[in-house]
Formats: sequence, structure tokens, C-alpha cells
Amino acid sequence: MSIACELSNPNLKKTKAETIVGNWTSKKILLFRVLCGLVCISLVLWLCLSFYVGSLCICNKDAESSKGVLFRNHNVTRSEIDAMLSLFFDSNQVTSFECRKESNPGMWESYGITCSLSTRLEKDEEAKRHVAELMSSSEASILDNLEENVEKEEDESGHQDVLFYLMNKWHWWFVLCVLVAAHFIFEFHRRKEVSFLQDKQQTQCKRDGKLRKNMLLLCIIAGVSLSVFWFWHTNEKILRQRRETLTNMCEERARVLQDQFNVSMNHVHALSILVSTFHHGKTPSAIDQKTFSEYTERTNFERPLTSGVAYALKVTHSEREKFEKEHGWTIKKMNPEDQTLVHEFDPAPVQDEYAPVIFAQETVSHLVSVDMMSGNEDRENILRARALGKGVLTSPFQLLKSNHLGVILTFAVYNTNLPHDATEEERIQATIGYLGASYDMPSLVEKLLQQLASKQTISVNVYDTTNASSVIKMYGSEVGDMSEEHISSLDFGDPFRKHEMHCRFTQKPPIPWLAIMPPGFALVITFLLGYIFNEAINRIATVEEDIRKVRELKARAEAADVAKSQFLATVSHEIRTPMVGVLGMLKLLMDTDLDAKQMDFAETAHGSGKDLISLINEVLDQAKIESGRLELESVPFDLRFLLDNISSLLSGKAAEKGIELAVYVSSHVPAVIIGDPGRFRQIITNLVGNSIKFTQEKGHIFISVHLTNEVREPFDTEDEILKQRLGSDETCNTLSGYPAVNATGSWRNFRTFQDHISSDKIELLVTVEDTGVGIPFEAQSRIFTPFMQADSSTSRTYGGTGIGLSISKRLVELMQGEIGFVSKPGVGTTFSFTGVFGKDSSVTALELFDQSIHEFQGLKALVIDSRNIRAEVTRYHLQRVGISSIDIASSLGTASTSCASKLVNLDLVLVDKDAWNKEEYVAFSDLLNSGQETYTRPPKILLLATFTTPLELSEIKSSGLVDEVLMKPLRMSVLICCLQETMGDGKKRQIKRKPKNLGSLLRGKHILVVDDTVVNRRVADAVLRKYKALVTCVDSGKAAVAMLKPPHDFDACFMDLQMPEMDGFEATRRVRDLEEEMNKKTDQSRKWHTPILAMTADVIQATNEKCIKCGMDGFVSKPFEEEELYSSVARFFDK
Amino acid sequence: MDTLVAQLQRQFRDYTISLYHQGFLDDQFTELKKLQDECSPDFVAEVVSLFFEDCEKLIGNMARALDQTGNVDFNLVGSSVHQLKGSSSSVGAKRVKGLCVTFKECCDSQNFEGCVRCLQQVDIEYKSLKAKLQDLFSLEQQIVQAGGRIPQVDI
Repeated sequence: MSIACELSNPNLKKTKAETIVGNWTSKKILLFRVLCGLVCISLVLWLCLSFYVGSLCICNKDAESSKGVLFRNHNVTRSEIDAMLSLFFDSNQVTSFECRKESNPGMWESYGITCSLSTRLEKDEEAKRHVAELMSSSEASILDNLEENVEKEEDESGHQDVLFYLMNKWHWWFVLCVLVAAHFIFEFHRRKEVSFLQDKQQTQCKRDGKLRKNMLLLCIIAGVSLSVFWFWHTNEKILRQRRETLTNMCEERARVLQDQFNVSMNHVHALSILVSTFHHGKTPSAIDQKTFSEYTERTNFERPLTSGVAYALKVTHSEREKFEKEHGWTIKKMNPEDQTLVHEFDPAPVQDEYAPVIFAQETVSHLVSVDMMSGNEDRENILRARALGKGVLTSPFQLLKSNHLGVILTFAVYNTNLPHDATEEERIQATIGYLGASYDMPSLVEKLLQQLASKQTISVNVYDTTNASSVIKMYGSEVGDMSEEHISSLDFGDPFRKHEMHCRFTQKPPIPWLAIMPPGFALVITFLLGYIFNEAINRIATVEEDIRKVRELKARAEAADVAKSQFLATVSHEIRTPMVGVLGMLKLLMDTDLDAKQMDFAETAHGSGKDLISLINEVLDQAKIESGRLELESVPFDLRFLLDNISSLLSGKAAEKGIELAVYVSSHVPAVIIGDPGRFRQIITNLVGNSIKFTQEKGHIFISVHLTNEVREPFDTEDEILKQRLGSDETCNTLSGYPAVNATGSWRNFRTFQDHISSDKIELLVTVEDTGVGIPFEAQSRIFTPFMQADSSTSRTYGGTGIGLSISKRLVELMQGEIGFVSKPGVGTTFSFTGVFGKDSSVTALELFDQSIHEFQGLKALVIDSRNIRAEVTRYHLQRVGISSIDIASSLGTASTSCASKLVNLDLVLVDKDAWNKEEYVAFSDLLNSGQETYTRPPKILLLATFTTPLELSEIKSSGLVDEVLMKPLRMSVLICCLQETMGDGKKRQIKRKPKNLGSLLRGKHILVVDDTVVNRRVADAVLRKYKALVTCVDSGKAAVAMLKPPHDFDACFMDLQMPEMDGFEATRRVRDLEEEMNKKTDQSRKWHTPILAMTADVIQATNEKCIKCGMDGFVSKPFEEEELYSSVARFFDK
Repeated sequence: MDTLVAQLQRQFRDYTISLYHQGFLDDQFTELKKLQDECSPDFVAEVVSLFFEDCEKLIGNMARALDQTGNVDFNLVGSSVHQLKGSSSSVGAKRVKGLCVTFKECCDSQNFEGCVRCLQQVDIEYKSLKAKLQDLFSLEQQIVQAGGRIPQVDI
């Protein structure tokens, strides 16, 4: 019961003990218990079922036999019997079923069995009553028999019941033992669990393994005992069958022998009557020796078992002489030693009575005249025969002549018809003779056995057991299986003599393969299963151990990864700080008086430092991305302006290598988009940087930006660049004329040409095309793996860590885009990536050149360029500055011949250096001038050059043929400056050089410092003063607002963010409000917008966005660092 | 005379280095020293004394705020800690700054005991710093009085 309780509620104790792993473990243990229970249940069910079937069969057999008895002995109609039988059967079935049903819930209670048994008994009673009822209608005589039968059956069924009960009891004990053992194992484990509560986690696996092992052992033991039991059961059945067979055969033989013997005896009896009738009944006798011998010889077939018959007359001593005279011979004495020679028999000694043989069958004719009374056996026999009046048998003895054992049957012949109840005296008186027949036992049995089938299988022994102490064997040999013997009694009609037939199998019982095989297989299966489960358990244990290890390692790896990222971040940060110092110092050093050599060293050092910083930034980015801490900003920015910056930044490097760099942005791309400009820039810089690195001395790098919508519907596009790119596979029609791979391949595999982009989002497709060495095919698959370059030789040849593309990929993914590439070794590579950006319709442009652009509106320009795409790029740049009517001619010659009409009223002519040709140009300029006659101002000629040595430049300029030389890549600011210079009325605008250091930048600037902490205020004041700024300090947001209320003369404000009462954000908001108000009111050209920079100690904090949102212009970290201060301040004071 | 100056200078140098090594000060203090020039000869001392005044005031504020068992205004304490952190980082008082970071975390998690412990530590720390810096300044003065120059200490 307790087990059942635990089964149903195993968590009860555990819940207290286990908190962490409790649930899991308890589930597992529950599972095991349930499994165990199921196994037990199925075992018990199986056993029950087998016994049930067995008993059913027996019942059935019983029923059949009783049916037979009934049918044979009584006139009960078959239908009635059948009905009754079905009733029995039903009741049995029901009982059995009940019993079985009872046993299920009674798994845990042994009293369930008795209960079910009582049910069964009750049912039997009921069945009996039913039978009685049924039978009450039939004859009373049957009833008794029936009662008897029913009683018999009940006895039997009771026997069955007892057997069943015992068996069941045995099973229950077995099951109970198993369960108790299981329970103890569980208890043991529980105790262990409790004791090892502390280091549960670690020993958990081991204990589970042990538990499983124990379970397995239990199962194997159960399996082995099951198969042993099975074997025993089957073997018993086989042995029983064998015994039954033996019994049947033995009985059969005994009966046949008996019958034969009896028949033969009857014949001898008949012969005796014949003698009495014809010898004694007639006078003179109708029989003499000859007749008798003849008759017996002829009727010998009737007595096949007798070797001979003889008739002896009862002669008293007084009659001896007379008798001897009559027959002419003397009565001879039987000589047991020598029976062969009859004539040598001695005359019989004097006796009271003689029994000389007068008639004998031919075979025993030597017996004539021999006194049968003289033989001991015969005498006894004769005496008994005449006393009983029945045939009597001698004990077996060696027959005369034949050396077989034989018996002599003797019948007495009476002279009168004696009544049945005649006394012994009367019988003796009435006796006149004796008829003897000798039976040859061995041949008798031999003959008999020959008639029966399968005489080989059993050996038969016949014994005379009259004298229990000395049993005489009459037939048979001591061969065969001695272990098993069946004894049948034989009745040869002589009550004095007892005979038995012993049968046994000639062969030893065969090895009971039938009984061995299935349990053997079961055993083998058990062991196999055991082995398999053992292996599985071991495997589970190892796997669990491995999993534990792996978990541990994983935890460690994760910890290490986190630590690595943190370490990287920290170290990078820590390195960055001193590097900034190094760079700053180097910059300062370069500003001092250095000779060329020193300058070179300093520049190299500076360059290296910058490289190091960028590398550190990359590593930091990677670490940030890996730890998922990188978040993209979303601020509005001007994509074109950004690209200008990038191209200007990279143009130096590109120019060094002689690579043409060009940028093109489709007109569909809005001016201002919302996204993370820094990261966008990083991606492009990475890609272009790679392109520059891997492009050798020729060709171009071409950055183009389109909307994915344009690319998706390429045939509707009006974009010339796209048309040319998509239109044909002719890859030679490129910017520089060098072949490049077709860019379409790079975005062919993009999944996210997202169809459904909400209206405020746009998806950009950026391609970076180069004519570099290309990526080897085998390396293309791992190009985005961090620190993996195309091959190890790449880093040796080109340097770099190989981290850039990986970062780019991550960044692109952050922008919900994809990155891809197409590359052909030796031709070039085209990378493209997409990215989703916000569309900000409220901001039309963050143009810095608003006013300048107005100047150029309405100008008419002609671009002369041999390369179509390059001309388109130039057109794009011209359009950006506001020039709307632009014509393109492929060369000076064609321009002067075919496009003559276009030459009218031209303001600008841009000639690419590739298309530059002095002779043609002369003709062209003539044409121009002729067309321009009416106008005072001739068109300005600008030469577009990619790489020009200063010498060449000055040569061209001095030739006076062109007004200005524009260096590519084109940039808006450069273009505007250049145009202003050439178009403007002679007044050359000086492009301000960027001040080299903070001193000049901040000199004389009025700066307001807002900080509530006096220390900070004092320090900031000192720092700024050092740079010759005029500093005013206030200690609260409110004061700051008051100070910054326009009009005022502060050039900038450094604002602490966290201040009591009014924090920096709030103060800034108020200042901005005031400024707006003022701007509205005055409506002057000067707009109030004081740059406000946040001062914050923790830059890491994502306050940047918040700062921007509040209307701040940037932030500097506290305490000030020169470089950072410079970079943030430079934006505002640079103009 | 020179030997005295040299000795004092060595002492000053060692003392400064020890302050850096023990983590009382960091680079910002060096930066402050750089800011000190002819125009403001006592800049560092001025800032430092401002800082200690500030410290005293803020610690007093915080102690008062934390004294009100039951309803401690953690925001008030937090803002004070923030200020203290700002000023200590401006001065380069590294240990105080480090403590402030912990203090701020305690404040954010409203851990009263942690706050009290941190406050005590900050109090001890700033006082010890004050003593050390006073020693340093007195050394400086001695050097100046002895007619020597205050040596540049490179960390």
C-alpha cells in the first residue's frame, strides 16, 4: 500500500527536500516507478491469463467428459446438456473474469485474492443451483447421477481453485517481493538523496545511473525467473503427457493380454467340458488318446497361446492297479530334472491319489501316463482347481522341452453338473479328471505385442506377484527408461494368482526442446535486452556526463566570451585614451618647426596612430556587436553629403593608387533620410577601403545608391546609370573603361527586396564596384567570417585584420538589410547592400549651401566625356548644385559637329581630361565663341581631372585654355567653390583652412559654462581659458536660460546635464524655445541658434540621442579632452 | 641648501607617485596641474579646496537624507552622489570617484545599508585624501620656501 501511495504521490517528500532540481528528478523517478508498476502489472496479467486459459481448458475438458458421461448413461437430450454446459461455462468464465478483474485493482492487496476466490465459490454454488433447477424437470434417476457429476466437477474445480489459489499466491508473493525490493531500492536512493542534498547537481547523474542499473538488474532477474518458471511449467506439461501416454499404452496392452488369455482359457474350459461329455458321459468312452490328440491338434488354432493340452484322470490308490491294467502302463512319476525322456520315468510312488495323463495333445504326448500329482506345482494346482471349480494357474516355471517360462492352466472335470454354490467337498468328490493347458508366456506376450502398434516405444514386463516377497518375472527384459514405469494389474481369472504388467519407455525421455527453446529464447532475449539497456544506460550516463561537461564548458565559454568582450571593450577604451593623447601630441609636434625628416617621422607616427585607433574602433565595434550592445541611432542625415565626405576622405588614397573614385546617388533617393549616418559611413568606408586596397593602379571604384524599388522594376527606370548597368552584360561600359563585373549578380540572392515597406521607410541599395583583383572562388564563402581573409597570404600582401566585412555585415543586418557580392578574380568585385532607412518629409534639406545653390540655378552646361557613366555622374553632381539643363557629348569632336545647336547660350562646359584634345578643343572653342557672339560672357571651360601632377595642372592652367581644373571625385562643396570662383564676378572666395588647433578655434569666443558643481565649473573655466576663450560660468539651468535669452553674445554653451532644479535638457529646451520666439519676432536673416554642447561624465550612456532630441548640438565628455573638444567645437566655429 | 631642496623634491616626487599608485589620484589631477600657470598660481589648491568644501557639504546632505530612517529620499542622495562623482572626477580623486560609482548603484537599487556603508567610506576616503593633499601642498610650500622649483612628476 505504501508503494501505491508513493506511486500516486511521489512528490510529497521531495518537495521539501528538493527545490532546484526537484521537479525534474521527481518526474524521472515517477516515470521509473510507473514503468516498474507497468512491468509488474503486465507480468501478473500474463500469469493470470495463462492460468486462466489453463483452467479454462481443464474446465472445458471436464465439462466435455461430464457431458459424455451424461450422454452415454442417460437419456438426457443433447440440447439440455449443452444448455447446462454453457451455464457452467458461463459461470466459470464470469468467475474467472471477475477474478482477473479483481486482481487488477488488488495489485497491492493480497486479500484481493481470497475475495475473488470467495466470489468464485459463490458462483459455483450458484451454478449448482442452476443445474438443480434445470434438472428438476427431468427424471429423478438422472438427478442423482448429475448430482454426483456436479459434485465431482465441483471437487475438481475446487482442486483447480486450490491450485489456482496456490499458484496465485505464489505469484503474489513473487510480485510482492519484487515490489518490496523495488521499494527498498527507492528508499535507499531517497535516503542517499537526502544525505547528499548539498552536491546534488553533481551526483545527480551518477545516482540516476545507479538507479537505472538497479532497475535493469531487477528486470533481468525477473526475466530470468520468468523464463525458468516457463521452462519448468512446459517441462512439467510434457512429462505429464508422457506419463499419460505410457499409462494409456500400458493399460491397453494389459487389457489385450488379459482378453486374449481369457479367450484362450475359455477354450480350454470348453475342452474340459468336451472331455467330461464325451469321455465320461459316454460308455464306452467316445474319446481315446488318438481322438483327443487329433481333435486338440485340429482345434489348436483356437488356443494359439497354449503349447499343449492334456487330460489327466483322477485315480485313487485303490483303483491304481485296475487302471494300470486297463491302460496297460504304469503310472509314472514326473521327473522335474529330466523331462525329455518319458519312457524313463520311474513309476509313481505310492500315493493316495494319482492324476495320470491319459490324453495329451501331440505336442505333449510324452506326458501320457505321467502322474501330474507327482509334480509339486501341478499337484497344488490340481487341488486348487478342483476345489474352486475354476481355471487356476501355476506360478511360472520352466516349461518342459521348451525353455520358456510358462504357466499351466488347470480345469477340473466333474462327473456331475455341480450347482454354482457347491461346497469344496462336493467339488472334490465330483472331480473325475483334470484338463491342463500350458501357456508359453513369452511367446504369448510377444504375439500380443506384435499385434499392437508402437511396440518399439515401450518395453513390457509381466510379473507374477502372488508372492509379494519374490516376484517372478514372466516376460520382459530390464531395458528402457527405469525412471518411469506404469504398472497395470492383470486378471487371468485366477483370483489366487496376481499378475502385473510393468510398462516403460524403451528410450530415455528426449531432451525437451519444446520446453527449452521458448524460455531459452526468452532468456536470451532478456539478456540481450539487458545488455542493450545496460549499454544504453552506460551511454546515457556518458552522454549525461558529457552534457554536464558541455554545459560547464558552455558556461565557461560564455563567461569567457563575455569577459573577452568586456576585456576588449575596456582595453580598447583604455588604449584609445592614451592614443588620443599620442595623436594630439603628434599633431602639436607637426605644428612646430620640424625639418623634413622629422616631419616625415611625425607624420608616419601620426598615420600609424590613426590606423591603430581605427583598428581599435573596429575591434570595439565587433565586441559591441557580439555582445548585442550596439544600437543604431536614427537621426536625419543627408546621404549625398555623407557620401561626399566619404569620397573626399578616401580620394587621397585612391588618387595615390591611380584609381578613379566616383559617387552617384539616384534622384529618387530623398535628400534627407533617417538612420545612423556613422554606421552607414562605416560600412561604405569599409567596402571602399577594401576596394582601394585590392585595386591595383588602374580602374575605378564606383559607389552608387538607388532605391530598391528602382532596381526591382528596372525597365521603368529613368535612371541612366541603372539602365546602363542592367541593360546589358557589357561590362566594359564602366566608369573608367576597365571591365567590371555586372553588379546585378551581387543582389540577385537578396531575400529582402522587401515588397511591403511602410510609406515612411525606404530601402536603399548601395553598390560599390571596383576593378580589383577579385576574390578567389574558394574564399568567397567565408568572406564575411570575422578575422578571415580570402587567404592567409592576403593579410601578408594587403594587411588588415579581416574584421571589416564582418562588421559591415552585422551593421547591414542591424539596418534590416542584406549584403552580397559578385566577384570575378582578375576583373573585380562588386559589393552591394541594402538598408532600411526612415523618410523624413518634414526636413527638406540640411543644406549648408542653400544660398550658393540659388546662384547656379538656370545655368546651362555641357559635359563632354567619352564615358557615358562618368558623364552621368558629372551630371548628377551638377544637378545637385542646381544646374538643371545639362547636355552630354561623347567627345569634343562630336560636340562641335552634331550638337551645334546645343552650344548656344552655354554657361559651362565641363571636359573630362580623357576627352581632352588640344586640336579638337581649338575647333570647339571657336565654335563656342561664334555661337556666343551676342553674349558678353563666354562659357566657362572646366577641365575634369582625376590625377594630375601639379606640374601638369599648372601647365594646363597657364595655357589659358581652361578656366579651372576640377579634381575628381567631384564633391558638392568643391564644385560650389569652383563654380563660385569661375562664375562669380572675379571675387575669389578664400576657402578657409581649418584651424589647426583649439587655440585658434576658440580664441575670443564667448562661452557659457553651466554646471552646478563649483569644482567642475572651475576646471572647465580653466581649460577653456587656456584656449583663450572668454568664459562665463553659471551654476544652474535657470541662470543659463536667463543668460542665453537672445539677444546675447555667447558663441557657445557647455551645459551640464544633471543639475538640481532644472537639468541640462530642460534648460536647452527652454533656450531653444526662446530662440524660436525671437527668430519669429525679428524675422531677420540671422537666426538665433546658440550651439549647446552637453557635458557628461558617462559617454557610454545612450544620452546622445536624448541630447539631440532636446535640441543640443553635441556633447563633450567631462573632463575635457582636447581632441574631442576640438572635434565637437570645430563644427560650429569652422565657418 | 641645495641638498635640502633636492631632498624635498625627491620626497615630493615619491609622495606624488605614491598617491597615484595608491589610487588616490588619477590623470585628471595631472591635467589640473597643467592648467596651473602664471595667471593662476594657486589653481590646483583652489580647485581642491573647492572640492573638499563641496564634499563636506554633499556628505552632510547625504548623511542628513540617510538619517531619516523610514523615508529616505534616494533621489536626493542620488543627485548628491552624482554631483560628488562629477566633482571628484574633475579633480581626479580616483578613489572617491570609484566609491561614488558604487554609491550610485546602491542608491539606484535603494539599498539603505549599502548607501550608509558607502557614505562612511566616502567620508573616510575624502578625509584621507584631504590629509594627503594637505601634506602634498605643504611639501610644495616647503620647496618653494626653500627656493626650489616644484618638479614635474611623470607618472
